[in-house]
Amino acid sequence: MMMNDIAAAQAAASATGGRRIGDVILDLQNISLRFGGVKALTDISFNVREHEIRSIIGPNGAGKSSMLNVINGVYHPQEGRILFHGQERKKMEPHMAATQGIARTFQNIALFKGMSVLDNIMTGRNLKMKSNLLQMALYWGAVQKEEIAHREKVEEIIDFLEIQSVRKTPVGQLPYGLQKRVELGRALAAEPTMLLLDEPMAGMNVEEKQDMCRFILDVNDQFGTTIVLIEHDMGVVMDISDRVVVLDYGKKIGDGAPDEVRNNEEVIRAYLGTSH
Amino acid sequence: MSDTHGQGAAKAGPESTLDTFPRLLMHHARVRPQRPAMREKEYGIWQTYTWAQVAENVRAIACGLAQLGFRRGDRLAIVGDNRPRLYWSVAACQCLGGIPVMMYQDAVAQEMVYVLQDAEIRFAVVEDQEQVDKMLEIAGEAPLLEHVIYDDPRGMRHYADALLMGLDELQEMGRIHDRNQPDFLEREIAKGAGDDISVMLYTSGTTGKPKGVCQTHGAFIAAATGAMQFDKLTEQEDILSYLPMAWVGDHLFSFAQAMVAGFTINCPESAETVMIDLREIGPTYYFAPPRVFENLLTQVMIRMEDASPLKRKLFQHFMEVARRCGADILDGKAVSGGDRLQYWLGNLLVYGPLKNVLGMSRIRVAYTAGAAIGPDLFRFYRSIGINLKQLYGQTETCAYVCLQPDGEIKLDSVGKPAPFVEVKLADNGEILVKGPMLLKAYYKRPDATAESINAEGYFMTGDAGFFDEDGHLKIIDRAKDVGKMSDGSMFAPNYIENKLKFFQHIKEAVTFGAGRDFVTAFINIDLEAVGNWAERRGMPYSGYTDLASQPAVYELIRDCVEKVNADLATDPKMGGSQIRRFLILHKELDADDGELTRTRKVRRNFIAEKYAVLIEALFEGRNSQYIETQVSYEDGRSGKVAADLRIEEAKTFAPQAGRRAA
Repeated sequence: MMMNDIAAAQAAASATGGRRIGDVILDLQNISLRFGGVKALTDISFNVREHEIRSIIGPNGAGKSSMLNVINGVYHPQEGRILFHGQERKKMEPHMAATQGIARTFQNIALFKGMSVLDNIMTGRNLKMKSNLLQMALYWGAVQKEEIAHREKVEEIIDFLEIQSVRKTPVGQLPYGLQKRVELGRALAAEPTMLLLDEPMAGMNVEEKQDMCRFILDVNDQFGTTIVLIEHDMGVVMDISDRVVVLDYGKKIGDGAPDEVRNNEEVIRAYLGTSH
Repeated sequence: MSDTHGQGAAKAGPESTLDTFPRLLMHHARVRPQRPAMREKEYGIWQTYTWAQVAENVRAIACGLAQLGFRRGDRLAIVGDNRPRLYWSVAACQCLGGIPVMMYQDAVAQEMVYVLQDAEIRFAVVEDQEQVDKMLEIAGEAPLLEHVIYDDPRGMRHYADALLMGLDELQEMGRIHDRNQPDFLEREIAKGAGDDISVMLYTSGTTGKPKGVCQTHGAFIAAATGAMQFDKLTEQEDILSYLPMAWVGDHLFSFAQAMVAGFTINCPESAETVMIDLREIGPTYYFAPPRVFENLLTQVMIRMEDASPLKRKLFQHFMEVARRCGADILDGKAVSGGDRLQYWLGNLLVYGPLKNVLGMSRIRVAYTAGAAIGPDLFRFYRSIGINLKQLYGQTETCAYVCLQPDGEIKLDSVGKPAPFVEVKLADNGEILVKGPMLLKAYYKRPDATAESINAEGYFMTGDAGFFDEDGHLKIIDRAKDVGKMSDGSMFAPNYIENKLKFFQHIKEAVTFGAGRDFVTAFINIDLEAVGNWAERRGMPYSGYTDLASQPAVYELIRDCVEKVNADLATDPKMGGSQIRRFLILHKELDADDGELTRTRKVRRNFIAEKYAVLIEALFEGRNSQYIETQVSYEDGRSGKVAADLRIEEAKTFAPQAGRRAA
């Protein structure tokens, strides 16, 4: 059923034009990243357009997560330029990325295990909260109103991700697939314009994967969020992405629409090995 | 005296001017405009709609439908969970003189085709994208379908099909229509009459194709009024509406009774949150099939087994006290002072907190129906002070024939004939009923209507039963299922199966024995209960099929079967139909495979045909049998399950003639 949904949503989107893919908002030019003598990324260039789903794929150790960390400002490449919304980005910290509207999820779930789903998603509102600690402790007037507004937003996300039944359950008690969904919820709580997903489907069963695909497509469709995602599972990526970058040993070996990439000789070789 | 019970068809209904549901709705909007009519949990908060708001919304939907060309007598299909706007659509349809037709929301698209075609549906109101997809899938096979209106717009942005329209738009259209013709709706409501058809409910189709049961406003209002008087229901009641809208029980409790008494219905947030919502609302009036009560009890017991020794001791001690005197205290019978004190303490320490966890602290009246309830289960709830009662009825009688009066509760009866109802037994034991709540007709099936209502106007329920010395009705089985074994003794399969199902480890059972020398059974184990049992014993298993084939599980089930046999032996009528051989099925019986109806009743003939080879093996005395079965998964794919099934014998007991179990 879920697959039908996805197919229907895609068909509908392409039929009516749906979300309109806009201009380039993130342009990475000749990025190289080294850790001491180890070259993680070598001379990589690609861009991300507004409202698209852009995937980065590649075998283990290809540099996918490094690439995401470069975008997010965790790593600082030794060479190359990053243009975000047309402006060259200086050396920056991850929280600056957050204020610029970039949110992310992690390959290994990084939630507060002892806190409820609701509270975990609420932490995603952190940057949007204006009151200071003292005001919050007193919970008076404007602060109360602010918290109610935040809670409303969080409830919308809970409704969107269909996790009402576990709203007050500590995250640590949830199955893995649901935890991943909560993490997506927390990223969404920041109302990002760009969402970075690090292997959102890793370790999931087929049904959980289908659910996650549907949520990613829905986020992209309903909120117009640009999505950059890293994924191992080729099938999933090819189904939902607009464009795909393929990395191997820190180098870019393919870039384009899923079909182009699928038929790219080098990509096939990287994934399946060469036949002799 | 003839064998007729009940007051018979006296005049029913409140004031005669309130003889249709739209008039009742407008009445409540006038008399108690600010009382809560409905609540719905949305975004984590309970939203309240007053009677005035409900009337306003119904008006908008009705006018919108009229604008789209909905005519008097048109059928309106309604598909979805219990959402306020779907209940409003029912009322709106009735305002226009239309007939709402509710469909089971978990039915697959192909099952819906039949109803759409049979009821000649032009208009459908559905809950969400999932239901819209089904409608679009089958639109080609139901060419009359003109409009599909959806409640929840989520995910619908890119749907461009000309059939579709949002309920918001429809209401907006309705409001404009209402401004232009302010007295239109009043005129339409004035055209309605008490004996107009108010709703069409499809029978579950245990036998053959589902039939549309046409019920009038008068029938449901009579049934609701009678129940209201019987249990002294007021506008103060709160009820949780979580059972399928297509089921007669939900229509009676959440629609008809709420409309007659003016109480509040509460819609849960989603199917998964029902238990949480139940606890938050704390209904005063509650209705659930035995399965729900059973699941709740199983959950409690599983959690108690994992509790600390002290808590377990406390629980066992006070449950023993409750078993001894709880039900008597509830019924207002004489109980010793010592027991009263113990019960009071128990209430403080165990029953009170337990009821609170179950969301049953405020319950005044709770009903169960739809299937037989196990005596232990029934006693449990009554002993902790929940006024749980049984009722008896069918779709054709608005689920209203017999009710158990307060203080006169028997475990194995369904109570006395309800107000306005007359009950009589035919010579073969079949239960016949008469009263204002009888169906008007089966839709487009005059043959079936004529077959089910006899010359004196009695509806033939098809159930076999008898009245005990206090005038309480006891149900044995479906009249047509009651058969004879080769030696002439009575074989009532449902009766035996229910006894089996009362064990928490057995989820479903199907017995065979008509025309045979002995009785055999298929068993479905309860995966949760048996799984937990296996875990505590450190038995590894990979899934249902594996668990079901384990020798230890066979031991466990054999024990249950033998207990049933011992019980049957004490009954002079049933002593001959003890189970001699049984097997545990390799897959769970499932509605998706056609083995159960959507209301989870066993489709006996279908199963007998599908598993003929197993039945043969049971009766031929083989020790095992290989079988391969097609199964359909929830996502619509299908696969095969194969297994070599063990067949085992169970001990039987010499019938004890003349004595009966306590």
